[in-house]
Amino acid sequence: MIKLDNVSKHFTLHNQGGASIPVMAGATLSVEAGECVALVGPSGAGKSTLMRMIYGNYLADAGRIMVGGTDVARAAPREILALRRNTLGYVSQFLRVVPRVPTLDVVAEPLITLGTDPQAARERARELLARLNIPEHLWPLSPTTFSGGEQQRVNIARGFAHDYPTLLLDEPTASLDVTNRTVVLSLIDEAKARGAAIIGIFHDTEARAQVCDREVDVGRFTPVPA
Amino acid sequence: MTPLLDVRDITKRYGARIGCKDVGFALWPGEVMGIVGESGSGKSTLLGCLAGHLPPDTGEVLFDTRDGGPRDTLKMSEAERRMLARTDWAFVHQNARDGLRMGVSAGGNVGERLMAVGARNYGDIRARAEDWLDRVEITEDRMDDRPGAFSGGMQQRLQIARNLVTGPRLVFMDEPTGGLDVSVQARLLDLLRGLVRQMGLSAVIVTHDLAVVRLLADRLMVMKDGHVVEQGLTDQVLDDPQHGYTQLLVSSVLQV
Amino acid sequence: MTDYNFAYLDEQTKRMIRRAILKGLAIPGYQVPFASREMPMPYGWGTGGVQLSAATLTPDDRLKVIDQGADDTTNAVSIRKFFEKTARVATTEHTPDASVIQTRHRIPEAPLSEDQILIYQVPIPEPLRFLEPSEVETRKMHELSEYGLMHVKLYEDIARHGHIATSYAYPVQVEGRYVMDPSPIPKFDNPKLSDCAAIQLFGAGREQRIYALPPHTKVVSLDFEDHPFDPSKADAPCALCGDTSSYLDEVITDDAGTRMYVCSDTDHCQTRREAGHSKETAA
Repeated sequence: MIKLDNVSKHFTLHNQGGASIPVMAGATLSVEAGECVALVGPSGAGKSTLMRMIYGNYLADAGRIMVGGTDVARAAPREILALRRNTLGYVSQFLRVVPRVPTLDVVAEPLITLGTDPQAARERARELLARLNIPEHLWPLSPTTFSGGEQQRVNIARGFAHDYPTLLLDEPTASLDVTNRTVVLSLIDEAKARGAAIIGIFHDTEARAQVCDREVDVGRFTPVPA
Repeated sequence: MTPLLDVRDITKRYGARIGCKDVGFALWPGEVMGIVGESGSGKSTLLGCLAGHLPPDTGEVLFDTRDGGPRDTLKMSEAERRMLARTDWAFVHQNARDGLRMGVSAGGNVGERLMAVGARNYGDIRARAEDWLDRVEITEDRMDDRPGAFSGGMQQRLQIARNLVTGPRLVFMDEPTGGLDVSVQARLLDLLRGLVRQMGLSAVIVTHDLAVVRLLADRLMVMKDGHVVEQGLTDQVLDDPQHGYTQLLVSSVLQV
Repeated sequence: MTDYNFAYLDEQTKRMIRRAILKGLAIPGYQVPFASREMPMPYGWGTGGVQLSAATLTPDDRLKVIDQGADDTTNAVSIRKFFEKTARVATTEHTPDASVIQTRHRIPEAPLSEDQILIYQVPIPEPLRFLEPSEVETRKMHELSEYGLMHVKLYEDIARHGHIATSYAYPVQVEGRYVMDPSPIPKFDNPKLSDCAAIQLFGAGREQRIYALPPHTKVVSLDFEDHPFDPSKADAPCALCGDTSSYLDEVITDDAGTRMYVCSDTDHCQTRREAGHSKETAA
């Protein structure tokens, strides 16, 4: 479902003397449906960078990033938008929402965007929020004022609202207590069971061991300074 | 599928000075495009050329019309272009006073576009105006008040209702949240985002506020000195800017 | 009397005005700009109408001048005297006898005929003016028949008063094309604009505009489907001639607020009374 082939990337810092920093070279990996692959490697190895490239958030210099049938490295913005809408889910560490939008609507939004009946979308959102132990009295409030852990769980609920065939998870269990960590891990298991291809970054080794089928050491793709 | 708006090689000069040069892009149905750049970068000139307010020196602005498919709006007769401007197009000005009739009630402001396209039943016009005022969170008891009695945020919401009542397919917005308090901005952004999604609107939004485009725009175009220096997916351009100017722009935003 | 050219204006000016009139007749309802002259009376006293009359009158004409329907008010008397002096034309107060009728804010009750010309004094010729201050924009709106704004005005009326409260200078559309201000005639007179046998000319001196309706032009008052145009008037008979169908003026007769309604058209009222009608013979 996800297949990377010889992907490379560098950053050019135009306002800092035009410094060119290579960050990725020859990145190659593939993830099958129903499989969960963990990106591992030391801090700064480029785990988040690689994940952002798969999501289309960072540009790739060269190589192919196939997700579903789309080459993210070459796709037009609207193709990437369609991919993100239908195929590729992303749970980041940060919640970015329009202030004032109720939590319930934040979670239901991906489904509504896909044309799901708003009633059914909110029903699904309620189910997820309840499962992730967000107190019901918070649902009508904007998540911008929530605690870090609560925001993280709202983010997860939003990422799992639609059954994406492919999922990117950036530290989904960080800053969660044991109970909620268990819930998130079971959500991941369920996604695998329905055939989702998942790439995740987990610092939590225990969680990683529990849900991931394989590990890919991103350190292998770190360019050697010339 | 055909782009809703296909812009090709738009150049506008003011004498020797360049307003904007060789700008082209395609906007697809349901897409929201942001144009950012500092004052004098040519973003407002470009918007004026697209919306038919300014005649560009060269270029084409192809709009996928309901009846005739893609047509160059620059070659349309003025009557056709003005008809488009009050049916399928909308323009939201930065200053609500530029987009409203200050001597006419809120309901009349919203109803004007309906009457302009031939609505002649007072009850229907009023009902539709009321519905739209409700959608922009202006209560019915303010319907017969003039916009002068409204706050800045309400005026801006009224302007949006007035523009969207005929169900346009393309909205041009010039700094829609400029000059509003931050709290009011958030409410307006939320409203705009909801409307864009519900109505499947396409929009071109000119702003210098990167936070606004991050929340509203699918795609982003960065302008400097009349030229497009970078364009792409909004979050990609903001998070992984390629051009030096964009990097400067992004790194200059104050964090709170 | 050799001090004045016939009808005060010089021949070149009259020709210029006649060209504007002909253009106006050729494009019914369209406001033709003309080089309005200074007249020996203040703006607002009918300088537009006077120039039209001056350009229209011939020595054989018989002129009638009315002000709000009356032949004997200051404005009417002074304009009539003006032309008696400068053109030495015959005058009359009797509508059917007049060949040229200059009017301020009324249409006579008696039906007009093909050999008559009705000349209106117009203060503000632009019907869109109150909502759109830009002349450039209003001309563009006329050019492109963008008249939605006219209905906004009527909408505002209904929103504020529950009905269309505009009772004079009620906007009309001419032959489905130009929207026109009929001058501040009561809306009661609006139906008489349409299919009128006489030529109708409109002159605005200060605003320098002439427009016209040729005989038998279709003129429709703007309205909404659910608030149709209603040419209503005071629901009373004339206290003098007993007419129930003519347009009435309300006259306060004492300090206690006693009021009576009389025909605004003095000639119409007089003619009826001479024929033996009175309040007692009515109904």
